[in-house]
Amino acid sequence: MNDTQGGMEIRAARFSPAGAVAGLFRRFSEAARRYRMEWWILIAGCVVVAAILCMTLLPHLFTQFSPVDQNAGPQMKAPSAAHIMGTDNLGRDVWARVVYGARTILGVAIAASVLSALIGIPLGLISGFSGRLGDKVLSLIMDSVYSFPGLILAIAFAAMLGPGVINITVAVAVIYIPTYFRLVRGQTLSIKQELYVEAANAIGARRPTVLAKYIFPNVIATVVVVFSLNVADAIMTEAALSYIGLGLPSGIADWGMDLSMGKKFLPSGVWWMITYPGLMIMLLALGFTMLGEGLSEILNPRLQEY
Amino acid sequence: MRRILNYLLVRILLTIPMLFVLLTLVFVVLRVMPGDPVSAMLGGHAPEYVIDQKKAELGLNKPVFAQYVDYLGQLARGDLGRSMILQESVSTPIKERLPATIELTLCGLIVTLALGIPLGVRAARRRRTGQDFGIRLYANVVYCIPVFWMGLMLQMIFGVFLNLFPIAGRIGARVISSDFDRTGFYLIDTLLKGDIASFWDVLYHLILPAFTLGITLSGVFVRLTRANMLDVLKSDYVLASRARGVPERKVVYVHALRNALIPIVTMLGLQFSALLAGAILTETTFSWPGMGRLLLERIYLRDYPTIQGVIIVYALFVSLVSLIIDIVYAIIDPRVQL
Repeated sequence: MNDTQGGMEIRAARFSPAGAVAGLFRRFSEAARRYRMEWWILIAGCVVVAAILCMTLLPHLFTQFSPVDQNAGPQMKAPSAAHIMGTDNLGRDVWARVVYGARTILGVAIAASVLSALIGIPLGLISGFSGRLGDKVLSLIMDSVYSFPGLILAIAFAAMLGPGVINITVAVAVIYIPTYFRLVRGQTLSIKQELYVEAANAIGARRPTVLAKYIFPNVIATVVVVFSLNVADAIMTEAALSYIGLGLPSGIADWGMDLSMGKKFLPSGVWWMITYPGLMIMLLALGFTMLGEGLSEILNPRLQEY
Repeated sequence: MRRILNYLLVRILLTIPMLFVLLTLVFVVLRVMPGDPVSAMLGGHAPEYVIDQKKAELGLNKPVFAQYVDYLGQLARGDLGRSMILQESVSTPIKERLPATIELTLCGLIVTLALGIPLGVRAARRRRTGQDFGIRLYANVVYCIPVFWMGLMLQMIFGVFLNLFPIAGRIGARVISSDFDRTGFYLIDTLLKGDIASFWDVLYHLILPAFTLGITLSGVFVRLTRANMLDVLKSDYVLASRARGVPERKVVYVHALRNALIPIVTMLGLQFSALLAGAILTETTFSWPGMGRLLLERIYLRDYPTIQGVIIVYALFVSLVSLIIDIVYAIIDPRVQL
């Protein structure tokens, strides 16, 4: 344990990409030996995410039907050999819509998470590093937004921006900025106290250098974990927005929209239209959560659960 | 007591800047961002002068800062404005719908805690066994289920296939809801009237939505309770009570759980906003006449003053709950720095 910490400090003092990769690799192989269970969770997460990623990249390998073809089959037919997940009220193939819908939700969730990370991380770094009044004000704003139900904020944004893939991405991204800000700021505050930062200051490193070379590399390990969990959350937010009819123009295959469509036919016993898209949302979110949890145990052994 | 009063005062003062930030944010999102409410409301083809007239009527032609001052002044007087579409004050539908949301949220919370805490304790006691693994799996899976899909699945299984519970509304059609609207909380109103049959009917309608909300949020509490219990069970006083021969059940549920609950109370504050967000989706799925549905109905009508009012009430609600949680925290944990 002490060894690892020592190793981390050495890497922190001299950050090189090759060294980081080597360090990461050592961390992983160590973890594989020590936490077998976490390792399996990580692998399961990777498999699920990779499978759905394949769907988004090569959808035609998974289905011969088009998601918008209204003549794919008879209307509202229960699952059969020809249509493994049945057809919807317009005669479209549910499996085809599930396959093509992956692209929308995954794209929006990842783009939104990247966007909020790109805004939240620099703000958190600078705010935590510089302190002073700006830090106090920014923290107050971020804490207030964080305490407010994110979905309501996203609904307000989506309603004002109107439907559209870019707009829904922005609406989802806005609510996760405080997550990154708070995390990175907290980490920066504690790393600022470390001996190696003091040493860097003592030898006359300039402030941007200290921030970029000594603090940032040590913050990034936690960000990776949170990013993965954040994507899981963003998936559910995207699905929720399109489920309530706020996010996307019609004509795009989307799991949330398909669920709200299927809801209308539920009372007549049409179970296949709501079961599969929802199952996929859960699976995708679960994949990213497992990925995040697995990474968390491996990258931050100090946080391990006993 | 004095100690708590001082703390209370400081905590209330601290709520003010937070509320101020939230109110400003709502203003920025709804007024400053691109998208003009008046032309959106009147449709794309309205003549210029009609739009200008409507804008002047609503005070939207003033400079943004003047609008902001007006907005805060209005709120300070407790006035949420008038609806743009319907001839009513914004607070009228909110007063009508808020109790439905609170009733749903509180019942959801009860289900969450009733599931989350015992399961978490059980997992901690049976650490690294099949039971622990199963409970942790439940917590993680449930956490990843979208609230609305959980609602749809419960509707499908218990409402449509088994035909056990109603899938929409707060109350059956044969009961006239205007018979009891003293508080707006149907569970309380029916009891006040002594109408037991209606009380059961209300409860019957509440079960699926409350479980939808409760099950999806219970995952977080399972994990939190488990982690805290593991921590507490290792502590010296647990060892001491075991050594003194206190029965294991008492050690776990009385000595340990009490201390493990303290961080859970804090978590409750944060999870409350998740609960409210979940309630919006549950309301949509179950046609529950609450605040979330009001918000969405008015978004479709583009009734901006009402949208703004509903979001403000949500903000007030969240701040109030976080205040209450902090006070409870100060009372149950004497170590808290006041």
